[in-house]
Amino acid sequence: MSEPLHETHLVVNGVPHTVAVPARRLLSDCLRHDLGLTGTHVGCEHGVCGACTVLVDGRPMRSCLLFAVGMDGAEITTVEGCRSAGGGLGPVQQAFQDCHGLQCGFCTPGFVTTITAYLGEHPDPTEEQARQAIGGNLCRCTGYQNIVASVLRAAEILREPEGSGEPQGGAPVSSP
Amino acid sequence: MTTRTMGEPIARREDPRLVAGDGRYLDDLGGGALAAAFVRSPHAAARVLDVDVSRALEVDGLVAVYTYEDLEGPMAEPLPLLIPHPRLHAGRTAYPLANGVVRHVGEPVAMVVARDRYLAEDACERIAVAYEPLAPVVGLDAAVAAERVVHDDVPDNVAARMVQEHGDARAAVAAAPHRLELDLTIERSASTPLEGRGVYARWDAADRSLRVYSSTQTSTSVRFALAVKLEVPVDRVEVVAPDVGGGFGVKIMHPWPEEVLVPWAAIRLGREVKWTEDRREHFIASAHERGQRHHVSVGFDDDGRLLGLDVEFLHDNGAYTPYGIIVPIITATQLLGPYKPGAYRAEFRSLYTNTVIVTPYRGAGRPQAAFAMERTMDAIAAYLGRDRAEVRETNFIQPSEMPYDHHLTFQDGRPLVYDSGDYPATLDKVKKLVGWDEFGTFREQARAAGRRVGIGLACYVEGTGVGPYEGAHVRVETNGTVVVATGLTTQGQGHETAFAQVAAEALGVPVERVTVVTGDTRRFKYAVGTFASRAAVMSGNAVALAAGKVRAKALRIAAEALEADPADLELADGTVRVKGAPERELALETVAVLANPLRYAFDEQARLATQFVVGRGVEDPPVAEDDEPGLEATDWYSPVRSTFANGAHAVVVETDPETAEVRILRYCVVHDCGRLINPRIVEGQVHGGVAQGVGGALYERMVYDENGQLLNASFMDFLMPYASEVPKVETDHLETPSPLNPLGIKGAGEAGTIPGAAVLAAAISDAEGFFLDTMPISPSELWALREHHARKDDR
Repeated sequence: MSEPLHETHLVVNGVPHTVAVPARRLLSDCLRHDLGLTGTHVGCEHGVCGACTVLVDGRPMRSCLLFAVGMDGAEITTVEGCRSAGGGLGPVQQAFQDCHGLQCGFCTPGFVTTITAYLGEHPDPTEEQARQAIGGNLCRCTGYQNIVASVLRAAEILREPEGSGEPQGGAPVSSP
Repeated sequence: MTTRTMGEPIARREDPRLVAGDGRYLDDLGGGALAAAFVRSPHAAARVLDVDVSRALEVDGLVAVYTYEDLEGPMAEPLPLLIPHPRLHAGRTAYPLANGVVRHVGEPVAMVVARDRYLAEDACERIAVAYEPLAPVVGLDAAVAAERVVHDDVPDNVAARMVQEHGDARAAVAAAPHRLELDLTIERSASTPLEGRGVYARWDAADRSLRVYSSTQTSTSVRFALAVKLEVPVDRVEVVAPDVGGGFGVKIMHPWPEEVLVPWAAIRLGREVKWTEDRREHFIASAHERGQRHHVSVGFDDDGRLLGLDVEFLHDNGAYTPYGIIVPIITATQLLGPYKPGAYRAEFRSLYTNTVIVTPYRGAGRPQAAFAMERTMDAIAAYLGRDRAEVRETNFIQPSEMPYDHHLTFQDGRPLVYDSGDYPATLDKVKKLVGWDEFGTFREQARAAGRRVGIGLACYVEGTGVGPYEGAHVRVETNGTVVVATGLTTQGQGHETAFAQVAAEALGVPVERVTVVTGDTRRFKYAVGTFASRAAVMSGNAVALAAGKVRAKALRIAAEALEADPADLELADGTVRVKGAPERELALETVAVLANPLRYAFDEQARLATQFVVGRGVEDPPVAEDDEPGLEATDWYSPVRSTFANGAHAVVVETDPETAEVRILRYCVVHDCGRLINPRIVEGQVHGGVAQGVGGALYERMVYDENGQLLNASFMDFLMPYASEVPKVETDHLETPSPLNPLGIKGAGEAGTIPGAAVLAAAISDAEGFFLDTMPISPSELWALREHHARKDDR
């Protein structure tokens, strides 16, 4: 009664991988347990909390609602791929530390990926827009006050000219 | 001069790894471990007639299936009753796996271990359990009626009954010029951290030792519990709480059935085993809180001054009572808040129902208490036609009356004595912050525009920092690094930062040099745990005391080396100096080297400390009789009793005239948790607490049907607030130091949650013109109440 495996090609954070997965294997489990990228967290496994959000071809998607086998050929960015090119904290990650935008940190990876994608399209959000941008992710610790502030701070870091003194404030690593 | 670190809003030290995806939460560990999954009861009450595992055996990758029949010795006995209390006359706990009977949906019946979780769940689906369903007891009415019982040997479903009284409250109420009776209800809710529970166990057969990782709020106590249950010498058991994705109370409960079964299976199989809870499991098989119904009889004078307060309440404790009756005891004692009640009597009954167990959730009985007390204050004000703030002021304990003895017994078995606090100033601040006195104008403007607005106010006092103790170990390494270890655990409170600040300040080193370890029994074996807003108070003070000892030792060693009087030395920025003679100084790392006379030179630092380099006189032992090698110390903090933080919330709401939707326009918080270690972290705790308070007031509830099925056991149906539901939180604070501990701090973790239901009920009542007595409230319920009151007015 063993399951057939399907060869699947994924480019994750710019690195190509080939995995052999059962058809039912979730993308979240594949990333975490097959590729060892445990930064992507699973909070509900029914698509509500957003902790497992990754970027699929640049768009935020819930990896707990996707089958890995369906992602064949996709380019995926996880929280580990949202670092700066130099390997330090990326702008959204830095903003979370600057603004105390996290407490336990379990939901944070889903916010980081979501906000990274959002700011790519909306570089100068208002506070209200920042609040809406994170409106699909659950956090049980922060009351969201400092996550809203983190969105605004990340936008500020991203707008700063390169090398203006912010620690490793380069562009996030995205798919090549 | 050392840069001050206590009281500074420095950025958190733990953040870089957490924001980068490098955190190590339970399920991030044990990549090669076998996976456990559980067959759970679909019935709220049933006899288990048969468990047929035969079809599961065909599943590829299956390793083991266990039922109650496989358990032996202590594992076959009920789980411990963690907090026994004389008034808990009929305490009952569950077996790790059901022993012939299940008493709530979600109770584990069988455990499967397989190559991965998918296969383990395949096997679970193939296990056929024959049940004889019984009619369940659901809700307080059914529990009180006791037509059916949860435990055959508890015929009235009453687990505990307790009375606390000071003065003759009933007589005082009867004799008072004015009397009111109120029925006030709070429904069930739960902590629901984003990360559920999880356990990962590694048995080393050669070493005969067990290492268990658990997403727990108390690794030290899990360790002792496992040693007992598994019959492994405690010296061979280590428990580690890795990064934990939120707790809010639910993870202080232990040992869970899964928490003993997973290590038990790991030992039996000689393999690593891991269980990661899924969201549905968390809803139906962890713990809830809050379900209480209160009847208040209050007597007062023309000014609204309390003369007698008599409160009887019912507490729904679910199917078992492993955590005792802590929650209703806290309600009974913390209900008084900042007020002098005149004579006071509180009586509760704690009742069994066929639902998930009840253990503390952030606030732990206090949100119910604040709801009962603050609604009573509002009712008195309405009855007398007086300002709600004035009635509260009339009843406040004054700063000059501190310490204030309520003549009751608190949850720690010690006298309920408030240590400090300025309640009038707290109220004054929140009135100013929200614009209490100017609200009438806003209300008129809003009314003219066809809008309905209301304002509410709620005060609370929170006993924080309960004992018995916490300890800390502080060591200066020979590279100058300072390593702090404390036994309590961390679930996002920023302990790596706050305790580093405490140690840096007490020792006289830059905070960057300090690293902090929590919740790892390999590093610190004696601790109680993280709950009751106690971590900063308990471990904060223990760290300060231990660091103070290290500082004293460093000064003594340096004094010998510098041939100076220790009293003439100062330690700052990691360097010991002779005051007024800055050229005579010694780096702390050098002092650490000198503290440990060595035989072997394994690096350049060690070379400086070998016996031919350092040492006392040849007639003296290299380590004095009353001394120890190393620049390190352990110390403990054990308070005589709790310290009491306080605060006041005020909110402005708008209710939609058509849809009855509630919108929070302003949410103002004034809090006083004594001296702050890191204001940014405290502020974050307040924000998060408020969000949970708002959730508990407007959105979150556990919906059980009459069959004991939890109808909303998912994040789709249990409505936790998103960013769109949490208002901007405006804060101000006071700092009234606690006289009870060296740092003068009080706990801050739960405060933000406590007055949520009370303050929102007050504001909505104010907007609507009728009195809310049950929370949470949904728009449809508010709409129905409007209809009800409109009909009443028509009559």
